[in-house]
Amino acid sequence: MNKILVKNLTKVFGSNPKEGVKRLQQGQSKEQILKDTGMTVGVNNASFEVKPGEFFVLMGLSGSGKSTLIRLINRLIEPTDGEVLIDGQDITKMNKNDLMQTRRKKLSMVFQKFALFPHRNVLENVAYGLEVQGVEKSEREAKAQKSIEDVGLKGYENSYPDQLSGGMQQRVGLARALANDSDILLMDEAFSALDPIIRKEMQDELLQLQSKLGKTILFITHDLDEALKLGDRIAIMKNGEIVQIGTAEEILENPANEYVYNFVEDVDRSKVLMASNIMKKPDVITTWKDGPRVAMKKMEDAGLSSIFVVDKDKNLKGILTIDAAIKAYKENKWVEDVLELDFHTTDPMTPLSDLIGIAAESKYPIAVVEENKLVGIIVRVSILSGLVLGKEQSEGMKE
Amino acid sequence: MNYFTLPLEDWTNDFVYDWLIPVMGGFFDSVSSIISFFINGVADLFLMIPAEIIAIVFILLAWRLAGKGIAIFTLIGTLYLGSVNLWEDAMLTLAVVVVATFFSIIIGLPLGILTAKYSILDKIVRPILDFMQTLPSFVYLIPAILLFGLGEVPAVISTFVFATPPAVRMTTLAIKQVPEDMVEAARAFGSTSWQMLVKVQLPVAIPTIMAGVNQTIMLALSMAVIASMIGAPGLGSTVLAGISSVNVGLGLVGGLGIVVLAIILDRITQGLGNKNKK
Repeated sequence: MNKILVKNLTKVFGSNPKEGVKRLQQGQSKEQILKDTGMTVGVNNASFEVKPGEFFVLMGLSGSGKSTLIRLINRLIEPTDGEVLIDGQDITKMNKNDLMQTRRKKLSMVFQKFALFPHRNVLENVAYGLEVQGVEKSEREAKAQKSIEDVGLKGYENSYPDQLSGGMQQRVGLARALANDSDILLMDEAFSALDPIIRKEMQDELLQLQSKLGKTILFITHDLDEALKLGDRIAIMKNGEIVQIGTAEEILENPANEYVYNFVEDVDRSKVLMASNIMKKPDVITTWKDGPRVAMKKMEDAGLSSIFVVDKDKNLKGILTIDAAIKAYKENKWVEDVLELDFHTTDPMTPLSDLIGIAAESKYPIAVVEENKLVGIIVRVSILSGLVLGKEQSEGMKE
Repeated sequence: MNYFTLPLEDWTNDFVYDWLIPVMGGFFDSVSSIISFFINGVADLFLMIPAEIIAIVFILLAWRLAGKGIAIFTLIGTLYLGSVNLWEDAMLTLAVVVVATFFSIIIGLPLGILTAKYSILDKIVRPILDFMQTLPSFVYLIPAILLFGLGEVPAVISTFVFATPPAVRMTTLAIKQVPEDMVEAARAFGSTSWQMLVKVQLPVAIPTIMAGVNQTIMLALSMAVIASMIGAPGLGSTVLAGISSVNVGLGLVGGLGIVVLAIILDRITQGLGNKNKK
């Protein structure tokens, strides 16, 4: 089941929101409605789902409605129309008490400007969610303590928010959300107020935390690089509408329209493309039983000066150069006695940017290995063309 | 501009003499005795405690809340009040201020919280507060005497009328000024309205609320002279005696007493607000 399911969610701000929805359904544009009625469409007919444990990113520029959308999910802003199912239950139809319980047990939020309580120390801030639930002091402080340690703030329990740096304050914000033990984290531009280095650090730690704790995360950002780095899937918003949903790959390779294209145009592709995107199927493989003669023949056929050697189960054993093959042939040795082991390996998820350096210093192709099995090879030219061709593909689309 | 005659004077007098006093007299008598009970209790307490102890408490409070300079000022100020033989008057004035401020706060703070929450109430309360603050105080001294007689009770009532508006206004402002994202955070974590108020809004608002309380105390003190005209005892009566006998020296002696008391109370309550800020 989906953790969050959003169906046709719409928010119109103004004197007669239902009228606004009607106009939207009749196909009037946001601008037309503003002109005719003075009402603002915040979110228009948004639908998406977030699966358990998924990291879902909503990306859009300011004014695109993303902050409104995330607030419709926990009803900090009342939706005008549509449904929001949290674990299958429609939050838009809940009474006051059920809504409060859902906020307490299932949804935790992290805010752009931290929104810490200045009169409470770190421990009391983190324990706030449990405190309003009526959890006993010793128990809530123990839980708060654990999430403080999870975010790496041990030792700061008695500090006050104004004594902490921005990055540390947001760690408190994150710990406060984690302490509730809810499955879903709503993160509203959580890292946007931080400087770039701290921001990167927090992103990495959030990814680690998520893999450790298995939270479902709905993350809002205006930064495409952040979206691509964090999101399992990304929804791009414009003018209150979701214009494309997909993985980082899908969005980069096939921007749904010019708006998305303009977004992704400047992305540093080396950070997005991974080894698995540019690797080639290993051209020729000599199995363990093949002798030097067969190897030499295969290299000759493919025009190679070296070849990777694997066993029956495709486990990578080493690389055989043409010189070594000739030597083994002349001296009547086994291939395994002349294998070269000094080559580079990488896993399929390594970003292109990390491969550039390796490729530059490696004599041989880079072996892409997954669980010790050879799944592909990367030659220097693939890296260069990966960097260049991706760019040309998007430029082709623009024309 | 005299298109019609508005008999406001007659209406008011009819209302006061024919209904308010005969019908509601009993009610006002009981209000009067309650206030009188409070103010006598407080005044007796202040007069019973040796002057030196009260002075030391003030000096310590000033030192803790407002710093060394104000503590020294408090020492000099209390010595002054003693040396011009105004200590008892100062305590009586203080009693009127304390009781009036007490009523202003227990009514003003909740009212301020409610007006912050319900804008409709704000629309009703705001003009009433304007009325209370701008109507010349002499105007409501007249019915205050009629209803409560002479003495410290009408003084407390008229001081209350004059000094309550800032308590209400600053409380409303303080609650409204609590940053929206903190309120959102409290809601997002499932707080009830009451939890939101006592765990987030009030604690964050306290410094501004304290500024309102400080203003209430200052306005209450500034009513001391006017209140003495309807028979309230205290420093105001010394000033009034100076005025009526054209005795410049006596006027200055009493006036300085009020200033000394005002500065001490102002700095201490300001210090209280600033302390809460940290």
